[in-house]
Amino acid sequence: MKRAGWTLSIYALAAYLFLHLPLLILAVFSFNQSRFTLWEGFSLRWYAAAVRDSQLMQGAWNSLVIAVVATGLATVIGTLCAYGLWKRNAPLLTGSLYLSLVTPEIVTGISLLAFYEWMFRFLRVQLGMHTVILAHVSFSIAFVVIVVMARLRNVDAQLEEAALDLGANEWQAFRYVTLPVILPGVIAAALLAFTVSFDDYVITSLVSGVNSETLPMVIYAIARRGVNPVVNAISAMIVFGFGALILISERLRAR
Amino acid sequence: MKRLRAWFLAPSWATMLLLFIAPLAIVLAYSFESRGVYGGLSLPWTAESYQRLADPIYLVILWRSVWIAGVSTLVCLLLGFPLALFISQSGSRKNLYLSLVILPFWTSFLIRTYAWMFLLRDTGLINTLLQKLGLIHDPLPLLYNDGAVILGLVYSYLPFMVLPVYATLERLDRTLLEASADLGARPWSTLTNVTVPLCAPGIRAGAILVFIPCLGAYLTPDLLGGGKSVMIGNLIQNQFTTARDWPFGAAISLSLMAIVMLLLWIFARRSSEGLV
Repeated sequence: MKRAGWTLSIYALAAYLFLHLPLLILAVFSFNQSRFTLWEGFSLRWYAAAVRDSQLMQGAWNSLVIAVVATGLATVIGTLCAYGLWKRNAPLLTGSLYLSLVTPEIVTGISLLAFYEWMFRFLRVQLGMHTVILAHVSFSIAFVVIVVMARLRNVDAQLEEAALDLGANEWQAFRYVTLPVILPGVIAAALLAFTVSFDDYVITSLVSGVNSETLPMVIYAIARRGVNPVVNAISAMIVFGFGALILISERLRAR
Repeated sequence: MKRLRAWFLAPSWATMLLLFIAPLAIVLAYSFESRGVYGGLSLPWTAESYQRLADPIYLVILWRSVWIAGVSTLVCLLLGFPLALFISQSGSRKNLYLSLVILPFWTSFLIRTYAWMFLLRDTGLINTLLQKLGLIHDPLPLLYNDGAVILGLVYSYLPFMVLPVYATLERLDRTLLEASADLGARPWSTLTNVTVPLCAPGIRAGAILVFIPCLGAYLTPDLLGGGKSVMIGNLIQNQFTTARDWPFGAAISLSLMAIVMLLLWIFARRSSEGLV
Protein backbone atom coordinates (compact mmCIF):
# COMPACT_ATOMS: atom_id res chain seq x y z
CA MET A 1 0.00 0.00 0.00
CA LYS A 2 1.10 3.52 -0.75
CA ARG A 3 2.70 5.41 2.13
CA ALA A 4 2.11 9.07 2.81
CA GLY A 5 4.58 11.26 0.92
CA TRP A 6 6.79 13.96 2.41
CA THR A 7 4.58 16.91 1.56
CA LEU A 8 1.56 15.20 3.02
CA SER A 9 3.45 14.27 6.21
CA ILE A 10 4.67 17.81 6.74
CA TYR A 11 1.15 19.07 6.13
CA ALA A 12 -0.21 16.59 8.68
CA LEU A 13 2.34 17.76 11.25
CA ALA A 14 1.19 21.36 10.73
CA ALA A 15 -2.46 20.28 11.05
CA TYR A 16 -1.77 18.45 14.32
CA LEU A 17 0.08 21.48 15.66
CA PHE A 18 -2.96 23.60 14.75
CA LEU A 19 -5.21 21.18 16.66
CA HIS A 20 -3.06 20.81 19.77
CA LEU A 21 -0.80 23.81 20.15
CA PRO A 22 -3.42 26.32 21.39
CA LEU A 23 -4.35 24.17 24.39
CA LEU A 24 -0.71 23.32 25.10
CA ILE A 25 0.27 26.99 25.07
CA LEU A 26 -2.67 27.77 27.34
CA ALA A 27 -1.47 25.10 29.78
CA VAL A 28 2.16 26.26 29.64
CA PHE A 29 1.20 29.85 30.45
CA SER A 30 -0.83 28.69 33.44
CA PHE A 31 2.58 28.15 35.12
CA ASN A 32 3.78 31.64 34.24
CA GLN A 33 4.88 33.91 37.07
CA SER A 34 3.63 37.00 35.25
CA ARG A 35 0.08 38.14 34.70
CA PHE A 36 1.06 39.15 31.17
CA THR A 37 1.78 37.03 28.14
CA LEU A 38 5.54 37.11 28.69
CA TRP A 39 7.36 34.24 30.29
CA GLU A 40 8.88 35.34 33.61
CA GLY A 41 9.51 32.07 35.35
CA PHE A 42 7.70 29.05 36.73
CA SER A 43 5.05 29.54 39.36
CA LEU A 44 1.98 27.84 40.77
CA ARG A 45 0.41 31.10 41.93
CA TRP A 46 -2.48 30.97 39.46
CA TYR A 47 -3.36 27.46 40.62
CA ALA A 48 -3.32 28.70 44.20
CA ALA A 49 -5.47 31.65 43.17
CA ALA A 50 -7.90 29.35 41.32
CA VAL A 51 -8.30 27.06 44.33
CA ARG A 52 -8.84 30.03 46.66
CA ASP A 53 -11.44 31.63 44.36
CA SER A 54 -14.72 30.79 46.08
CA GLN A 55 -16.83 31.52 42.97
CA LEU A 56 -14.77 29.14 40.82
CA MET A 57 -14.84 26.43 43.47
CA GLN A 58 -18.59 26.81 44.03
CA GLY A 59 -19.04 26.60 40.25
CA ALA A 60 -16.84 23.51 40.07
CA TRP A 61 -18.84 21.88 42.87
CA ASN A 62 -22.17 22.70 41.18
CA SER A 63 -20.87 21.37 37.85
CA LEU A 64 -19.72 18.18 39.53
CA VAL A 65 -23.04 17.58 41.29
CA ILE A 66 -25.01 18.32 38.11
CA ALA A 67 -22.75 16.16 35.94
CA VAL A 68 -22.81 13.20 38.34
CA VAL A 69 -26.60 13.18 38.79
CA ALA A 70 -27.35 13.89 35.11
CA THR A 71 -24.86 11.25 33.97
CA GLY A 72 -26.35 8.65 36.31
CA LEU A 73 -29.88 9.27 35.03
CA ALA A 74 -28.90 9.60 31.36
CA THR A 75 -26.79 6.43 31.48
CA VAL A 76 -29.60 4.32 32.94
CA ILE A 77 -32.27 5.73 30.61
CA GLY A 78 -29.97 5.65 27.56
CA THR A 79 -28.73 2.11 28.18
CA LEU A 80 -32.26 0.78 28.62
CA CYS A 81 -33.23 2.64 25.45
CA ALA A 82 -30.33 1.22 23.42
CA TYR A 83 -31.16 -2.26 24.64
CA GLY A 84 -34.82 -1.75 23.81
CA LEU A 85 -33.89 -0.54 20.32
CA TRP A 86 -31.71 -3.59 19.76
CA LYS A 87 -33.49 -5.67 17.12
CA ARG A 88 -36.63 -3.58 17.53
CA ASN A 89 -37.54 -0.58 15.46
CA ALA A 90 -38.91 2.59 16.96
CA PRO A 91 -38.41 5.13 14.15
CA LEU A 92 -40.11 7.98 16.01
CA LEU A 93 -37.94 7.59 19.09
CA THR A 94 -34.76 7.11 17.07
CA GLY A 95 -35.71 10.12 14.96
CA SER A 96 -36.25 12.38 17.96
CA LEU A 97 -32.96 11.21 19.49
CA TYR A 98 -31.09 12.08 16.31
CA LEU A 99 -32.97 15.36 16.06
CA SER A 100 -31.93 16.23 19.62
CA LEU A 101 -28.35 15.63 18.52
CA VAL A 102 -28.47 18.00 15.54
CA THR A 103 -30.60 20.72 17.14
CA PRO A 104 -28.43 23.80 17.68
CA GLU A 105 -27.64 24.15 21.37
CA ILE A 106 -29.10 27.63 21.50
CA VAL A 107 -32.46 26.30 20.25
CA THR A 108 -32.43 23.44 22.78
CA GLY A 109 -31.62 25.98 25.47
CA ILE A 110 -34.34 28.50 24.71
CA SER A 111 -36.96 25.78 24.16
CA LEU A 112 -36.20 24.31 27.60
CA LEU A 113 -36.30 27.81 29.09
CA ALA A 114 -39.68 28.46 27.45
CA PHE A 115 -40.89 25.06 28.67
CA TYR A 116 -39.80 25.68 32.26
CA GLU A 117 -41.31 29.16 32.34
CA TRP A 118 -44.55 27.74 31.01
CA MET A 119 -44.54 24.95 33.63
CA PHE A 120 -43.87 27.42 36.41
CA ARG A 121 -47.25 29.00 35.81
CA PHE A 122 -48.71 25.80 37.23
CA LEU A 123 -46.02 24.61 39.61
CA ARG A 124 -44.42 26.79 42.24
CA VAL A 125 -40.80 26.01 41.46
CA GLN A 126 -37.95 28.08 40.10
CA LEU A 127 -34.92 27.67 37.88
CA GLY A 128 -32.06 26.00 39.70
CA MET A 129 -29.92 22.89 39.90
CA HIS A 130 -32.89 20.61 39.15
CA THR A 131 -33.79 22.39 35.90
CA VAL A 132 -30.14 22.23 34.79
CA ILE A 133 -29.95 18.51 35.64
CA LEU A 134 -33.12 17.73 33.67
CA ALA A 135 -31.79 19.71 30.69
CA HIS A 136 -28.51 17.80 30.81
CA VAL A 137 -30.30 14.45 31.00
CA SER A 138 -32.31 15.33 27.91
CA PHE A 139 -29.32 16.22 25.74
CA SER A 140 -26.99 13.44 26.95
CA ILE A 141 -29.36 10.51 26.32
CA ALA A 142 -28.68 10.50 22.57
CA PHE A 143 -24.91 10.27 23.19
CA VAL A 144 -25.39 7.34 25.58
CA VAL A 145 -27.72 5.52 23.17
CA ILE A 146 -25.25 5.84 20.27
CA VAL A 147 -22.25 4.56 22.24
CA VAL A 148 -24.16 1.65 23.82
CA MET A 149 -25.80 0.74 20.49
CA ALA A 150 -22.36 0.55 18.87
CA ARG A 151 -21.36 -1.95 21.55
CA LEU A 152 -24.60 -3.94 21.20
CA ARG A 153 -24.03 -4.39 17.47
CA ASN A 154 -21.09 -6.64 18.29
CA VAL A 155 -23.04 -8.73 20.78
CA ASP A 156 -24.12 -12.19 19.71
CA ALA A 157 -27.89 -12.29 20.11
CA GLN A 158 -27.80 -16.06 20.43
CA LEU A 159 -26.24 -15.72 23.89
CA GLU A 160 -29.46 -14.26 25.19
CA GLU A 161 -31.60 -16.78 23.35
CA ALA A 162 -29.55 -19.54 24.96
CA ALA A 163 -30.17 -18.00 28.38
CA LEU A 164 -33.91 -17.81 27.66
CA ASP A 165 -33.95 -21.43 26.47
CA LEU A 166 -32.21 -22.45 29.66
CA GLY A 167 -35.04 -20.94 31.69
CA ALA A 168 -33.91 -17.39 32.43
CA ASN A 169 -36.61 -14.77 32.29
CA GLU A 170 -36.14 -11.66 30.16
CA TRP A 171 -34.84 -9.55 33.01
CA GLN A 172 -32.33 -12.23 34.05
CA ALA A 173 -31.14 -12.62 30.46
CA PHE A 174 -30.52 -8.87 30.31
CA ARG A 175 -29.03 -8.54 33.77
CA TYR A 176 -26.73 -11.57 33.77
CA VAL A 177 -25.96 -12.16 30.09
CA THR A 178 -26.11 -9.00 27.97
CA LEU A 179 -25.37 -6.28 30.51
CA PRO A 180 -21.99 -7.73 31.57
CA VAL A 181 -20.99 -7.95 27.89
CA ILE A 182 -21.92 -4.34 27.12
CA LEU A 183 -20.69 -2.93 30.44
CA PRO A 184 -17.47 -1.40 29.00
CA GLY A 185 -19.64 0.41 26.44
CA VAL A 186 -21.98 1.59 29.18
CA ILE A 187 -19.07 2.98 31.20
CA ALA A 188 -17.62 4.68 28.10
CA ALA A 189 -21.06 6.18 27.43
CA ALA A 190 -21.28 7.43 31.00
CA LEU A 191 -17.86 9.10 30.71
CA LEU A 192 -18.90 10.76 27.46
CA ALA A 193 -22.16 11.96 29.04
CA PHE A 194 -20.16 13.26 32.00
CA THR A 195 -17.79 15.30 29.84
CA VAL A 196 -20.65 16.65 27.72
CA SER A 197 -22.56 17.66 30.84
CA PHE A 198 -19.60 19.12 32.71
CA ASP A 199 -18.61 21.14 29.65
CA ASP A 200 -21.94 22.59 28.60
CA TYR A 201 -22.30 26.35 28.69
CA VAL A 202 -24.97 27.46 26.20
CA ILE A 203 -27.93 25.39 27.42
CA THR A 204 -26.92 25.59 31.08
CA SER A 205 -26.64 29.37 31.13
CA LEU A 206 -30.21 29.67 29.85
CA VAL A 207 -31.88 27.28 32.32
CA SER A 208 -29.87 27.86 35.48
CA GLY A 209 -31.07 29.96 38.38
CA VAL A 210 -29.33 32.21 40.89
CA ASN A 211 -27.68 29.51 42.98
CA SER A 212 -26.74 27.09 40.24
CA GLU A 213 -23.86 28.79 38.44
CA THR A 214 -21.68 26.12 36.87
CA LEU A 215 -17.93 26.20 36.27
CA PRO A 216 -18.25 26.99 32.53
CA MET A 217 -20.54 29.90 33.44
CA VAL A 218 -17.95 31.32 35.86
CA ILE A 219 -15.16 30.81 33.30
CA TYR A 220 -17.29 32.47 30.61
CA ALA A 221 -17.93 35.49 32.84
CA ILE A 222 -14.20 35.91 33.47
CA ALA A 223 -13.33 35.31 29.79
CA ARG A 224 -15.80 38.01 28.71
CA ARG A 225 -13.93 40.51 30.87
CA GLY A 226 -10.63 39.57 29.22
CA VAL A 227 -7.82 37.09 29.66
CA ASN A 228 -6.95 36.06 33.20
CA PRO A 229 -4.22 33.52 34.09
CA VAL A 230 -6.55 31.98 36.69
CA VAL A 231 -8.67 30.78 33.78
CA ASN A 232 -5.54 29.23 32.23
CA ALA A 233 -4.91 27.32 35.45
CA ILE A 234 -8.47 26.06 35.83
CA SER A 235 -8.56 25.22 32.11
CA ALA A 236 -5.37 23.17 32.38
CA MET A 237 -6.83 21.26 35.31
CA ILE A 238 -10.06 20.56 33.40
CA VAL A 239 -8.25 19.55 30.20
CA PHE A 240 -5.98 17.12 32.04
CA GLY A 241 -8.90 15.79 34.07
CA PHE A 242 -10.98 15.25 30.92
CA GLY A 243 -7.95 13.81 29.13
CA ALA A 244 -7.63 11.14 31.81
CA LEU A 245 -11.36 10.34 31.60
CA ILE A 246 -11.18 10.04 27.82
CA LEU A 247 -8.17 7.75 27.93
CA ILE A 248 -10.07 5.48 30.32
CA SER A 249 -13.14 5.62 28.10
CA GLU A 250 -11.13 4.80 24.93
CA ARG A 251 -9.50 1.84 26.69
CA LEU A 252 -12.90 0.54 27.69
CA ARG A 253 -14.34 1.00 24.24
CA ALA A 254 -11.45 -0.82 22.62
CA ARG A 255 -11.68 -3.74 25.02
CA MET B 1 -42.47 -12.45 25.46
CA LYS B 2 -40.90 -9.23 24.21
CA ARG B 3 -42.86 -7.19 26.74
CA LEU B 4 -39.88 -6.16 28.86
CA ARG B 5 -37.99 -4.68 25.96
CA ALA B 6 -40.88 -2.39 25.13
CA TRP B 7 -40.88 -1.17 28.72
CA PHE B 8 -37.17 -0.41 28.43
CA LEU B 9 -38.05 2.29 25.92
CA ALA B 10 -40.55 3.97 28.24
CA PRO B 11 -38.11 6.16 30.24
CA SER B 12 -36.44 7.51 27.11
CA TRP B 13 -39.81 8.10 25.45
CA ALA B 14 -40.97 10.00 28.53
CA THR B 15 -37.78 12.08 28.69
CA MET B 16 -37.76 12.92 25.01
CA LEU B 17 -41.45 13.82 24.96
CA LEU B 18 -41.28 15.93 28.10
CA LEU B 19 -37.87 17.58 27.70
CA PHE B 20 -37.40 17.77 23.95
CA ILE B 21 -40.65 17.48 21.94
CA ALA B 22 -42.87 19.42 24.37
CA PRO B 23 -40.40 22.34 24.68
CA LEU B 24 -40.20 22.58 20.88
CA ALA B 25 -43.99 22.51 20.69
CA ILE B 26 -44.17 25.37 23.20
CA VAL B 27 -41.67 27.36 21.15
CA LEU B 28 -43.87 26.72 18.11
CA ALA B 29 -46.87 28.08 20.00
CA TYR B 30 -44.92 31.11 21.25
CA SER B 31 -43.77 31.95 17.74
CA PHE B 32 -47.39 32.66 16.77
CA GLU B 33 -48.21 34.76 19.81
CA SER B 34 -47.65 38.48 19.99
CA ARG B 35 -45.40 40.37 22.29
CA GLY B 36 -47.10 41.84 25.36
CA VAL B 37 -46.56 45.30 26.76
CA TYR B 38 -44.01 44.25 29.39
CA GLY B 39 -42.22 41.76 27.21
CA GLY B 40 -44.67 39.04 28.16
CA LEU B 41 -46.82 37.12 25.74
CA SER B 42 -50.33 37.70 24.65
CA LEU B 43 -52.86 36.63 22.09
CA PRO B 44 -54.12 36.96 19.37
CA TRP B 45 -52.35 34.44 17.19
CA THR B 46 -50.33 36.06 14.49
CA ALA B 47 -47.64 35.26 11.95
CA GLU B 48 -46.11 38.67 12.50
CA SER B 49 -42.90 37.29 14.00
CA TYR B 50 -42.23 35.30 10.86
CA GLN B 51 -42.97 38.30 8.67
CA ARG B 52 -40.42 40.36 10.62
CA LEU B 53 -37.75 37.86 9.55
CA ALA B 54 -37.98 39.32 6.06
CA ASP B 55 -36.74 42.66 7.42
CA PRO B 56 -33.38 43.46 5.75
CA ILE B 57 -31.66 43.85 9.19
CA TYR B 58 -32.40 40.21 9.96
CA LEU B 59 -31.81 38.95 6.44
CA VAL B 60 -28.30 40.40 6.70
CA ILE B 61 -27.68 38.41 9.90
CA LEU B 62 -29.10 35.27 8.29
CA TRP B 63 -26.95 35.76 5.21
CA ARG B 64 -23.87 36.45 7.33
CA SER B 65 -24.45 33.23 9.32
CA VAL B 66 -24.81 31.18 6.14
CA TRP B 67 -21.69 32.83 4.74
CA ILE B 68 -19.56 32.25 7.86
CA ALA B 69 -20.78 28.66 8.18
CA GLY B 70 -20.16 28.08 4.47
CA VAL B 71 -16.63 29.46 4.50
CA SER B 72 -15.85 27.49 7.70
CA THR B 73 -17.12 24.30 6.05
CA LEU B 74 -15.03 24.93 2.94
CA VAL B 75 -11.89 25.60 5.01
CA CYS B 76 -12.60 22.44 7.06
CA LEU B 77 -12.80 20.48 3.81
CA LEU B 78 -9.57 21.95 2.42
CA LEU B 79 -7.71 21.32 5.69
CA GLY B 80 -9.44 18.08 6.60
CA PHE B 81 -9.24 16.15 3.33
CA PRO B 82 -5.41 16.00 3.18
CA LEU B 83 -5.32 15.10 6.87
CA ALA B 84 -7.79 12.24 6.31
CA LEU B 85 -5.69 11.13 3.33
CA PHE B 86 -2.56 11.17 5.50
CA ILE B 87 -4.23 9.07 8.22
CA SER B 88 -5.52 6.53 5.70
CA GLN B 89 -1.98 6.11 4.37
CA SER B 90 -0.19 5.71 7.68
CA GLY B 91 -0.47 1.96 8.15
CA SER B 92 -0.22 0.72 11.71
CA ARG B 93 -0.26 4.21 13.22
CA LYS B 94 -3.78 4.93 11.88
CA ASN B 95 -5.52 4.59 15.23
CA LEU B 96 -3.02 6.83 16.99
CA TYR B 97 -3.35 9.57 14.37
CA LEU B 98 -7.12 9.24 14.41
CA SER B 99 -7.22 9.60 18.21
CA LEU B 100 -5.09 12.72 17.92
CA VAL B 101 -7.83 14.25 15.75
CA ILE B 102 -10.63 13.25 18.11
CA LEU B 103 -8.87 14.18 21.37
CA PRO B 104 -9.30 17.97 21.28
CA PHE B 105 -12.94 17.49 20.28
CA TRP B 106 -13.58 15.81 23.62
CA THR B 107 -12.05 18.53 25.72
CA SER B 108 -14.06 21.54 26.76
CA PHE B 109 -15.49 23.60 23.89
CA LEU B 110 -15.43 26.77 25.99
CA ILE B 111 -11.78 26.30 26.91
CA ARG B 112 -10.78 25.62 23.30
CA THR B 113 -12.44 28.89 22.32
CA TYR B 114 -10.81 30.73 25.22
CA ALA B 115 -7.43 29.39 24.09
CA TRP B 116 -7.85 31.36 20.85
CA MET B 117 -8.78 34.50 22.78
CA PHE B 118 -5.54 34.01 24.69
CA LEU B 119 -3.58 33.79 21.42
CA LEU B 120 -5.34 36.42 19.32
CA ARG B 121 -6.11 39.36 21.58
CA ASP B 122 -4.20 42.65 21.42
CA THR B 123 -1.96 41.68 24.32
CA GLY B 124 -2.14 37.99 23.36
CA LEU B 125 0.72 35.68 22.55
CA ILE B 126 0.88 36.31 18.80
CA ASN B 127 0.86 40.10 19.07
CA THR B 128 3.30 40.11 22.00
CA LEU B 129 5.66 37.83 20.08
CA LEU B 130 5.49 39.91 16.90
CA GLN B 131 6.08 43.11 18.87
CA LYS B 132 9.07 41.62 20.72
CA LEU B 133 10.53 40.57 17.38
CA GLY B 134 10.07 44.13 16.18
CA LEU B 135 7.94 43.04 13.23
CA ILE B 136 5.01 45.24 14.18
CA HIS B 137 4.62 48.32 16.29
CA ASP B 138 0.92 48.35 17.09
CA PRO B 139 -0.93 45.11 17.80
CA LEU B 140 -2.77 43.58 14.85
CA PRO B 141 -6.55 43.43 15.24
CA LEU B 142 -6.74 39.63 15.21
CA LEU B 143 -9.65 39.15 17.59
CA TYR B 144 -13.27 40.30 17.35
CA ASN B 145 -13.85 39.93 13.62
CA ASP B 146 -15.35 37.42 11.19
CA GLY B 147 -11.94 35.90 10.52
CA ALA B 148 -11.49 35.01 14.18
CA VAL B 149 -14.98 33.46 14.23
CA ILE B 150 -14.20 31.33 11.17
CA LEU B 151 -10.87 30.29 12.70
CA GLY B 152 -12.61 29.28 15.95
CA LEU B 153 -15.30 27.32 14.09
CA VAL B 154 -12.76 25.52 11.89
CA TYR B 155 -10.69 24.66 14.96
CA SER B 156 -13.74 23.32 16.77
CA TYR B 157 -15.36 21.34 13.96
CA LEU B 158 -12.42 20.07 11.89
CA PRO B 159 -12.74 16.54 13.41
CA PHE B 160 -16.32 16.36 12.08
CA MET B 161 -14.91 16.65 8.54
CA VAL B 162 -11.88 14.40 9.00
CA LEU B 163 -13.77 11.42 10.44
CA PRO B 164 -16.36 10.78 7.68
CA VAL B 165 -13.84 11.53 4.90
CA TYR B 166 -11.39 9.11 6.51
CA ALA B 167 -14.15 6.50 6.76
CA THR B 168 -14.84 6.65 3.00
CA LEU B 169 -11.12 6.66 2.17
CA GLU B 170 -10.77 3.47 4.19
CA ARG B 171 -13.51 1.74 2.23
CA LEU B 172 -12.14 2.91 -1.10
CA ASP B 173 -11.38 0.20 -3.65
CA ARG B 174 -7.59 0.55 -3.92
CA THR B 175 -7.47 -1.29 -7.24
CA LEU B 176 -9.20 1.70 -8.84
CA LEU B 177 -6.31 3.92 -7.75
CA GLU B 178 -3.82 1.39 -9.10
CA ALA B 179 -5.75 1.19 -12.38
CA SER B 180 -5.57 4.96 -12.67
CA ALA B 181 -1.80 4.91 -12.06
CA ASP B 182 -1.32 2.00 -14.51
CA LEU B 183 -3.18 3.93 -17.15
CA GLY B 184 -0.62 6.69 -16.82
CA ALA B 185 -2.28 9.21 -14.50
CA ARG B 186 0.04 11.24 -12.32
CA PRO B 187 -0.64 11.06 -8.51
CA TRP B 188 -2.27 14.51 -8.53
CA SER B 189 -4.48 13.59 -11.46
CA THR B 190 -5.49 10.33 -9.72
CA LEU B 191 -6.31 12.32 -6.62
CA THR B 192 -8.55 14.87 -8.35
CA ASN B 193 -10.13 12.54 -10.91
CA VAL B 194 -10.49 9.32 -8.93
CA THR B 195 -10.03 9.71 -5.18
CA VAL B 196 -11.98 12.92 -4.58
CA PRO B 197 -15.05 11.90 -6.66
CA LEU B 198 -15.13 8.51 -4.94
CA CYS B 199 -15.02 10.26 -1.58
CA ALA B 200 -18.08 12.37 -2.38
CA PRO B 201 -20.32 10.58 0.19
CA GLY B 202 -17.81 11.23 2.96
CA ILE B 203 -17.32 14.82 1.90
CA ARG B 204 -21.10 15.36 1.85
CA ALA B 205 -21.45 13.86 5.33
CA GLY B 206 -18.54 15.92 6.62
CA ALA B 207 -19.88 19.10 5.07
CA ILE B 208 -23.28 18.67 6.67
CA LEU B 209 -21.78 17.72 10.06
CA VAL B 210 -19.70 20.91 10.02
CA PHE B 211 -22.20 23.27 8.40
CA ILE B 212 -25.10 22.56 10.78
CA PRO B 213 -23.34 23.33 14.08
CA CYS B 214 -21.55 26.32 12.46
CA LEU B 215 -24.86 27.77 11.30
CA GLY B 216 -26.31 27.58 14.81
CA ALA B 217 -23.09 28.59 16.55
CA TYR B 218 -23.50 30.81 19.57
CA LEU B 219 -20.42 30.66 21.78
CA THR B 220 -17.74 31.12 19.10
CA PRO B 221 -19.17 34.31 17.52
CA ASP B 222 -19.97 35.59 21.01
CA LEU B 223 -16.42 35.22 22.34
CA LEU B 224 -14.26 35.56 19.22
CA GLY B 225 -16.49 37.87 17.17
CA GLY B 226 -17.19 40.36 19.93
CA GLY B 227 -20.27 42.49 19.49
CA LYS B 228 -19.62 43.04 15.79
CA SER B 229 -20.07 39.54 14.47
CA VAL B 230 -23.66 38.62 15.20
CA MET B 231 -24.93 35.28 13.91
CA ILE B 232 -28.39 33.67 14.15
CA GLY B 233 -27.50 32.01 17.46
CA ASN B 234 -26.66 35.33 19.08
CA LEU B 235 -29.80 36.92 17.66
CA ILE B 236 -31.94 34.16 19.22
CA GLN B 237 -30.19 34.45 22.58
CA ASN B 238 -30.68 38.21 22.51
CA GLN B 239 -34.43 37.91 21.90
CA PHE B 240 -34.81 35.64 24.92
CA THR B 241 -32.66 37.71 27.28
CA THR B 242 -32.02 41.42 26.68
CA ALA B 243 -34.68 42.18 24.06
CA ARG B 244 -37.31 39.97 25.76
CA ASP B 245 -39.11 39.43 22.48
CA TRP B 246 -39.93 35.77 22.89
CA PRO B 247 -42.29 35.36 19.93
CA PHE B 248 -39.65 36.71 17.56
CA GLY B 249 -36.89 34.61 19.19
CA ALA B 250 -39.13 31.55 18.87
CA ALA B 251 -39.79 32.30 15.20
CA ILE B 252 -36.05 32.61 14.46
CA SER B 253 -35.34 29.37 16.36
CA LEU B 254 -37.92 27.45 14.38
CA SER B 255 -36.69 28.90 11.10
CA LEU B 256 -33.19 27.75 12.03
CA MET B 257 -34.57 24.28 12.85
CA ALA B 258 -36.37 24.26 9.51
CA ILE B 259 -33.12 25.03 7.66
CA VAL B 260 -31.29 22.28 9.59
CA MET B 261 -34.01 19.72 8.86
CA LEU B 262 -34.17 20.72 5.20
CA LEU B 263 -30.40 20.20 4.88
CA LEU B 264 -30.64 16.80 6.57
CA TRP B 265 -33.53 15.83 4.32
CA ILE B 266 -31.59 16.77 1.18
CA PHE B 267 -28.62 14.85 2.54
CA ALA B 268 -30.73 11.77 3.34
CA ARG B 269 -32.23 11.78 -0.16
CA ARG B 270 -28.83 11.90 -1.80
CA SER B 271 -27.13 9.19 0.21
CA SER B 272 -28.20 5.86 1.53
CA GLU B 273 -25.79 5.96 4.44
CA GLY B 274 -26.66 7.42 7.82
CA LEU B 275 -24.75 10.24 9.47
CA VAL B 276 -23.77 8.53 12.68
